[in-house]
Amino acid sequence: MSHAHSSHEAGDFAASIKSYVVGFVLSVVLTAIPFLSVMTHQFDHATTIWVVVITAIVQIVVHLKYFLHLDFSKEGRINTFSFLFTALIIVMVVGLSVWIIYAANELMM
Amino acid sequence: MSFFGKLTLESIPYHEPIIMVTLAVVGVIGLIIAALITKHQKWGVLWHDWLTSVDHKRLGIMYILLALVMLIRGFSDAIMMRTQQALATNGAAGYLPPEHYDQIFTAHGVIMIIFMAMPFMIGLMNLILPLQIGARDVAFPFLNNLSFWLTTSGAVLINISLGLGEFAKTGWVAYPPLSELAYSPGVGVDYYIWALQISGIGTTLTGVNFIATVLKMRAPGMKLMQMPIFTWTCTWANILIVASFPILTAVLGLLTLDRYLDFHFFTNDGGGNAMMYINLFWAWGHPEVYILILPAFGIFSEVISTFTSKRLFGYSSMVWASGAISILGFIVWLHHFFTMGSSANVNAFFGVMTMVIAVPTGVKLFNWLFTIYRGRLRITVPVLWTLGFMVTFTIGGMTGVLLAVPGADYVLHNSLFLIAHFHNTILGGAVFGYMAGFAFWFPKAMGFHLNERLGKASFWCWQVGFYVAFMPLYVLGFLGMTRRINHTDNPAWNFWIYFAAVGAFIILAGIILQFVQLYVSFRDREQNLDTTGDPWNGHTLEWSTSSPPQFYNFAKLPHVSDIDAFTDMKEKGQAYQREQTYQPIHMPKNTASGILIAACITAVGFAAIWHIWWLAIVGFAGAFVLFLVRAYDNDVDYYVQPDDVTRIENAHLDNVTANLTNVVRG
Repeated sequence: MSHAHSSHEAGDFAASIKSYVVGFVLSVVLTAIPFLSVMTHQFDHATTIWVVVITAIVQIVVHLKYFLHLDFSKEGRINTFSFLFTALIIVMVVGLSVWIIYAANELMM
Repeated sequence: MSFFGKLTLESIPYHEPIIMVTLAVVGVIGLIIAALITKHQKWGVLWHDWLTSVDHKRLGIMYILLALVMLIRGFSDAIMMRTQQALATNGAAGYLPPEHYDQIFTAHGVIMIIFMAMPFMIGLMNLILPLQIGARDVAFPFLNNLSFWLTTSGAVLINISLGLGEFAKTGWVAYPPLSELAYSPGVGVDYYIWALQISGIGTTLTGVNFIATVLKMRAPGMKLMQMPIFTWTCTWANILIVASFPILTAVLGLLTLDRYLDFHFFTNDGGGNAMMYINLFWAWGHPEVYILILPAFGIFSEVISTFTSKRLFGYSSMVWASGAISILGFIVWLHHFFTMGSSANVNAFFGVMTMVIAVPTGVKLFNWLFTIYRGRLRITVPVLWTLGFMVTFTIGGMTGVLLAVPGADYVLHNSLFLIAHFHNTILGGAVFGYMAGFAFWFPKAMGFHLNERLGKASFWCWQVGFYVAFMPLYVLGFLGMTRRINHTDNPAWNFWIYFAAVGAFIILAGIILQFVQLYVSFRDREQNLDTTGDPWNGHTLEWSTSSPPQFYNFAKLPHVSDIDAFTDMKEKGQAYQREQTYQPIHMPKNTASGILIAACITAVGFAAIWHIWWLAIVGFAGAFVLFLVRAYDNDVDYYVQPDDVTRIENAHLDNVTANLTNVVRG
């Protein structure tokens, strides 16, 4: 293995450690915020729920970026598009199914 | 419970003369084939070169053979239904008792969709897609072999149901509560479940395999937007397979739990909801029809651009139209059950979406018309199928948009109008496409041409027979005749029922002519060899190989810089180049693991159908052990040596040179 190659790998390794550390710190923060807001009753009920939901969604994005390495670079694009397509299909199929069955049940009442 | 579960000698339908005669004929044909193989000492060839092959081209041919065999079975069902309805008018009973007739229309639907159309489509994709992208095989050759045998496993189970027990009497959709244990206590629905489940897993694996292939194994230089259009439409179909087949797997799994372990997902009691089955079934079922039609669209595009000797009009609009169809195909499924009684808003949404999906399909039709415009269209057999498709499919599309109006659907739901509509699109669309592809790529796969006259005669029988058989069904639908009727007593229907039966016999003539065509072409093959590998002056890379292609496809991976890669090479004078030296070629070894694992899985399915639990355990353990053995096998590949490559390539190129000079002289 050539010298240039191994130093490139070492660079990748450092970058990926950094990415995991950033992701971990962000995840801890994003977990601590809803946890504290529930524990300390800092906000009213509705606001607490919104805090939990929004930090959860942000944390999903953090996981996708820092742990699953989804991005729009030339190499990573195909993974990102696969993910977005899958998410779209699941949201459509599950969401529309819920709507269909719920509306049918309403009329059966 | 006895040693053989529910299976007894009484499970064989002795009292049904039609079935017994069919089994006898199948048995005799099987014996004749076995005797011929023994006489010509071909058992070794069959096993080593075909059944255990991981070569995508051979798997493609075996898929198409499976499709043709199942076409005979599915069409026999069709013509029996048509003759039954023609004989059972004015209150007559006909010759098929209801419990047999019900199995026939169920088997017809399942076989034609899952075991005829799907293997035909996947066979053509196997045969051509790796060649079109300049690859030496698919990404996972062994998995490809396993997928084929899992599909075959499902086909075997459905054929066993003919002579052992019964098949489902539920219609091909197997809606609960009819398909639940309370109303279908026999083994019919279990045959349905396991045949679909096993072959469905094979199909899902195929989807994964081919997506990996187009993403990772394209020839150097080939961008995604330079892939041939057939490869693109297959890719969209594979994306649909990977996204939708798991829904089928899950819904069949839930029905299995209901039938085997007393669950209540879809039962009337215990909190079940049969509507959820219908919903999930069509969440798979609608993408499934686009899985069938998209590759056919790709075939028509290749055929039209090749035989007009022009570049396809609107390549990128074709790719994006396919993409739009793929995504919209996932939000129209409720149009199969408007009458279920969901809210008006739900029906309106899905009705509008269904009409919208006609737009990208229309884009494609205009692309084909503009490709033909000012071209010199050579009227060959594939072109005839394509032109026949363009007319027939347009009619089917328009009746589809009629059905997309929820109000109209309430009148026409489950009437013969619907039957006419979907045969108009699946037969006049998908199957015509596969026939076009079959005639188009036959010389590539087999090395000799099909007889043109018989091919045209067969096409005209299909085309005329189609209209005679299915146009009356539109009328019958308007007259109020519903589907799956065993006998009728309405004088207003009689004329149209007889009319449709005549059409079925004209299609029969078309099918017979196709088999005669195969026989005659094989008999006269020496006079009709395709020596150059490029019989139609083709555009894409599959035509740059010999016919049949070298087993390694490409001695040197081609460098691609244009959509019509082979036309580009021919124009630049880079086609048919002789190399001084070749690199060794890395190839996968054939393996018996696929067929053996699938045999074990077939045993599991059979055992589950008949509740022979010890056999299920043995079969599952066998499949698992065989899988482990394969996973730890390191002897899976070899190198083709440069000497062999040089010899094969020179033989091909000498052939090309000789024949191209002949053409110039002639």
